[in-house]
Amino acid sequence: MAYNLKEVAKKPERFTGGHRMCAGCGAPIVIRQVLRALKPEDHAVIASATGCLEVSTFLYPYTAWKDSFIHCAFENSAATIAGAEAAYTAMKRSGKIKQEGETKFIAFGGDGGTYDIGLQALSGAVERGHDFVYVCYDNGAYMNTGIQRSSATPMFAETTTSPVGKVSPGKQQWRKELTEIMVKHNIPYVAQSAATGNMKDLYEKAEKAIYTKGPAFLNVLAPCPRGWRYEATDCMIVNKLAIDTCFWPLYEVINGKYIINYKPKNKLPVVEFLKVQGRFRHLFKKENEDLLVKIQEEVDKRWEELLLQEELTSKREIDN
Amino acid sequence: MSIRDRLSGNEAVAYAMKQINPDVVAAFPITPSTEVPQYFSNYVADGKVDTEFVPVESEHSAMSACIGAEASGGRAMTATSANGLALMWELLYIASGSRLPIVMACVNRALSGPINIHNDHSDSMGARDSGWIQLYSENNQEAYDNMIMAHRIGEHPDVLLPVMVCQDGFITSHAIENIELIEDDDVKRFIGEYKPKDYLLNKSNPVSMGPLDHFTHYFEHKRQQAEAMRNAKEVILQVSEEFYKLTGRRYGLFEEYKTNDAEVCIVVLNSTAGTAKYVVDKMRQNGKKVGLIKPRVYRPFPVYEISKALAEFKAVAVMDKADSFNGAGGPLFTDVTSAMVSSETLGPKFINYIYGLGGRDVKADDIEVIYNELIKIANTGKVDSVYNYIGVRE
Repeated sequence: MAYNLKEVAKKPERFTGGHRMCAGCGAPIVIRQVLRALKPEDHAVIASATGCLEVSTFLYPYTAWKDSFIHCAFENSAATIAGAEAAYTAMKRSGKIKQEGETKFIAFGGDGGTYDIGLQALSGAVERGHDFVYVCYDNGAYMNTGIQRSSATPMFAETTTSPVGKVSPGKQQWRKELTEIMVKHNIPYVAQSAATGNMKDLYEKAEKAIYTKGPAFLNVLAPCPRGWRYEATDCMIVNKLAIDTCFWPLYEVINGKYIINYKPKNKLPVVEFLKVQGRFRHLFKKENEDLLVKIQEEVDKRWEELLLQEELTSKREIDN
Repeated sequence: MSIRDRLSGNEAVAYAMKQINPDVVAAFPITPSTEVPQYFSNYVADGKVDTEFVPVESEHSAMSACIGAEASGGRAMTATSANGLALMWELLYIASGSRLPIVMACVNRALSGPINIHNDHSDSMGARDSGWIQLYSENNQEAYDNMIMAHRIGEHPDVLLPVMVCQDGFITSHAIENIELIEDDDVKRFIGEYKPKDYLLNKSNPVSMGPLDHFTHYFEHKRQQAEAMRNAKEVILQVSEEFYKLTGRRYGLFEEYKTNDAEVCIVVLNSTAGTAKYVVDKMRQNGKKVGLIKPRVYRPFPVYEISKALAEFKAVAVMDKADSFNGAGGPLFTDVTSAMVSSETLGPKFINYIYGLGGRDVKADDIEVIYNELIKIANTGKVDSVYNYIGVRE
């Protein structure tokens, strides 16, 4: 069935308002849309890594989660959800669980809990083939502890542990391509998305990820007004610029076949994305012009690699 | 009818797990507990259990998966040793703080560094304040029996705490001894079904678990957890009584061996108690009034019971197979002497021996040396040295 925002918006809300995420934060938008893709009759068990999402949505004795939810620790939401999924498999098999509909398993983590400290647990859980979706909401730094650099932080971004100083223009390394690392686990479904436009891209990918048997991984851009330093009202503008500059390409890899979901007709220079964020402000000083060139070259290189991957796998058959 | 067999400690524990037939076993190999998931995965491969076996990529994930599984409403089990237990540390506290009655076989091994694969108690002793019930086992039979009782204890509504069943790596885990096993049906009846009040897979009543718990509620939750650990003592005794009725094997909080008329006593855990019993028998043939106390339940610590049991001795040596590096004795010694003070039982003289670190053999002769030192203290009323090491080159 074709995506219809009006219809989709009528589905019951699974992530309620009243949580304490910041105004202008991309993460709760992502969570809400991902959970919207669940069939109304299905139940979900959701795990979250420690991070903004967890501490702002489940403060004892209040919860924003209408499905079952578990927070265990920072680095293990994939291992925790794997245990829950294993219990479901065993208890269904032995007849201890006899309820209508399906139970789906979804783990959330920020980039700190996913690219860095939780990478081992994530890699292990997808390699073992548990039937679950891992959703990384990538805001490119450890925001919950006060904006420290992670391996998802873009090169030259200013964070509190990659500060701009007299001899350093911010973070010194390129960001890790986690989506590609997950592709190489050869799991049935991997996708990169963002909460843009009428949420079609994110909704459809979440639906595929949740209802694909086996492990699936979604990497979703989640701008952070505090860390990226933009006005709270500009969240969607920042999202749009990330995809229009190809800083954050929207693509999916279905059983190894690359499909780029959005190719901007007019690919904007990456400075359009950088200039709306305070974390890159120092790059616009005269002496840092070459750094902007380097960033553009890196974005172009990665975009071209992605186009090539799509070309290389274009003849691959997929059944979905 | 019980079944007579010959099994190693690891086989015995794995066999207990087969009979318990948990929903999830998540484990990672580490010497000397590796055999437990090995044997268990054979039961899985042969379809002898209904369990989902999760061969995780680390002990951290083993305990995380157990937490996810137990929170979902299933029974979850694991096995580990030494550094594996250390890697679980963070999750041990989350398991107990979330009141999830997971059961773990801990096959005691020295903690790195330097790395050493042999037996001492530095692993489980480090976890003694993690909120887990700790049961210690002298031999394969006790390890098996403690495993069978563990779920009943941990899952009791007044308790709801995880349980760690400890035995000595290699010494009992790899030594084959005679054992009496319980019939499968009897085990099934004894442990019953796990029926948690709230669990993640209950679609009709979804729950959130693992909140951010501020100063407004955290303290009350910890107070409840402390109360649960206190409650565990009575529950352990009740379950042990039922177990006695089923098997004829009686277990208490600790075992008292020839203590009735004894003047001096050694307190020691796990397999060394077996060696000490041999020494007690031998010395008693020569008219020495020596006895032994072997704690089975270390957490909760039986403060009043053990201080009462020790009250009438003239001298007591507590043997620790782990050092606390606090400059003031090993963990068991600190707990026992603290129990004496808090129960205002100030009769006996106490000394401490750290022994057997990294698997250093402890011989009957070593234990005899300790008893003779105790007899000397009993006769003179004088203690030359409270904190001692035995079997080490200095």
